[in-house]
Amino acid sequence: MDWQAFWLTLRLGVLVAGVLLLLGLPLAYWITYTRWRWKFLIEAVVALPIVLPPTVLGFYLLIILGPRGLPGRMWQALTGRSLAFSFGGLLIGSILYSLPFAVQPFAASFEVVDRRLLSASAVLGASRLRTFFRIILPLSISGLVTGVALSFAHTLGEFGVVLMVGGNIPGVTRTVSIDIYDKVQALDYAGANQTALVLLVISFLLLTLVYGLNRRRWAAWPWR
Amino acid sequence: MGRVAMEIVIGQSQTHLLVDIQKSFGHAAFQLIASFTASAGFTILFGASGAGKSTVLDCIAGIADPDAGRILAAETLFFDSSSRVNLPCQLRRVGYVFQDLALFPHMTVQANVSYGISAADAAQRSHVLLSSFRIAHLASRKPGEISGGERQRVALARALATDPRVLLLDEPLAGLDFPTRSGIIEDLRNWNLQHQKAILYVTHSRDEVFALGERVIVLEQGSVIADGTPHQVMAAPSQETVAQLAGFENIFDATVVARHEERGTMTCQIGNIQFETPLVRAEPGTKLRVGIRAGDILIANRRPEGLSAQNIFGGTLTHLRQRDVIMVAIVNCGLELEVHLTLAARNSLALRAGSEVWLIVKTHSCHLMRTS
Repeated sequence: MDWQAFWLTLRLGVLVAGVLLLLGLPLAYWITYTRWRWKFLIEAVVALPIVLPPTVLGFYLLIILGPRGLPGRMWQALTGRSLAFSFGGLLIGSILYSLPFAVQPFAASFEVVDRRLLSASAVLGASRLRTFFRIILPLSISGLVTGVALSFAHTLGEFGVVLMVGGNIPGVTRTVSIDIYDKVQALDYAGANQTALVLLVISFLLLTLVYGLNRRRWAAWPWR
Repeated sequence: MGRVAMEIVIGQSQTHLLVDIQKSFGHAAFQLIASFTASAGFTILFGASGAGKSTVLDCIAGIADPDAGRILAAETLFFDSSSRVNLPCQLRRVGYVFQDLALFPHMTVQANVSYGISAADAAQRSHVLLSSFRIAHLASRKPGEISGGERQRVALARALATDPRVLLLDEPLAGLDFPTRSGIIEDLRNWNLQHQKAILYVTHSRDEVFALGERVIVLEQGSVIADGTPHQVMAAPSQETVAQLAGFENIFDATVVARHEERGTMTCQIGNIQFETPLVRAEPGTKLRVGIRAGDILIANRRPEGLSAQNIFGGTLTHLRQRDVIMVAIVNCGLELEVHLTLAARNSLALRAGSEVWLIVKTHSCHLMRTS
């Protein structure tokens, strides 16, 4: 078991889930409540990573983050380092790759909050921000947990984007899935199996949590 | 594109509410222009569903925006299209009880009621409201754990907690039994004795109109079509639509034949029989509609004598059936009339389909309406 790769993957997953929670909430709020007529364009862009082969996303990211892309050049000028083949680049790629897995559950759970409750809150004098934190968020807990858990799990399992953007640098960009691929290439089936099993168990536990939470509203625990 | 325009002035000085709005809808044609005045207390907005009642409330609360017009409450300008004023919903301080109540399901009764109160005096004020609406013992329960009537009380207390400029109630007591309903109304009346707010109360229930009513405004198709005390509006409607809402089972075309100024009556031709009706401002030859409640018609099994009533017609009972605790009879006397009678009356008169009967209709049971 390559513990270095394991901890790196875990760190990546936690960071991605955290950033997506902060980024995804306002984005999901906007998607749910805006009346902008071209909103579907944004929704399509957010959903792209679901259908796009990870290599395609990874390829474009490599171009953009590399010395040929403007963001890559700017980063290089600012820090003196390249974003491509770095943990930072990997983080950006993973965030984009998992974006729909956070935003869509968030938006779906916002959508089912009764609009009359939002009107009632506004009539009672509450600002939009207060309404969001006191009404929308508490009634969307299961969607929030789903979004965070899915984006975390999805990041654990990504392969194509990591390989394209990050490469395979131990301690920097080598994640568990790359490690498994490496071990299989080296015919180390026992090692690959061990790591794969850990990934399988973690993913299963996470999905169990997600489906358990969504089993019924307000019934997060089977014994309640 | 239709439009809604209305003007309602409710209350005096501080409890004043003025609504004068137009609103277009893509799907239905509305045209309404009207004005009213009334003192603080209950004003009922009566009409069938789809008449525009809830839209009016939403515009006052600031949830929906009128296309044009003016809304003024307790000397505060909420909306004025000519000076481009549109006070945000949050600043209007309107008490609004929604039709589905919209209680926050994840909060306790206490938290619901104090939601609109600033933190400083939330505990004390919510406690006063909880007691005056008899729900203090439910403070720590959630809306899903209390009864329907209790939920309505919570919704009322929550709306009143902000010390609203005006109170909007959208069918707040629909679906409650009579004792629960009158209890809540009594508590609301007591509350308003001290506060003297204008209360706009939306309903489509006739019973509620008579139970509450100082004043009723009838809304139909986005228009105000009648305004007055419940007795004026509901008992002597001037438009046929109100009559149908108010439950006239018999409505006929009529033509004025003669006016009898000295007796205060008119003779009207309905089909091939003549009715004596109350005198209204209509020349002979004018087309009117006549509404007669089935419960206002007397039925006899032989020709009555020595009666004051002028409208006495012989006919044949064609149908007789029971509906709940009343008998519904259809009598053909040259005109088909629906008549309601009690089960006891049917038995004592030995009525059955085919019976020869006499109908008696008092002059003032004939309600005249303009044709639209």
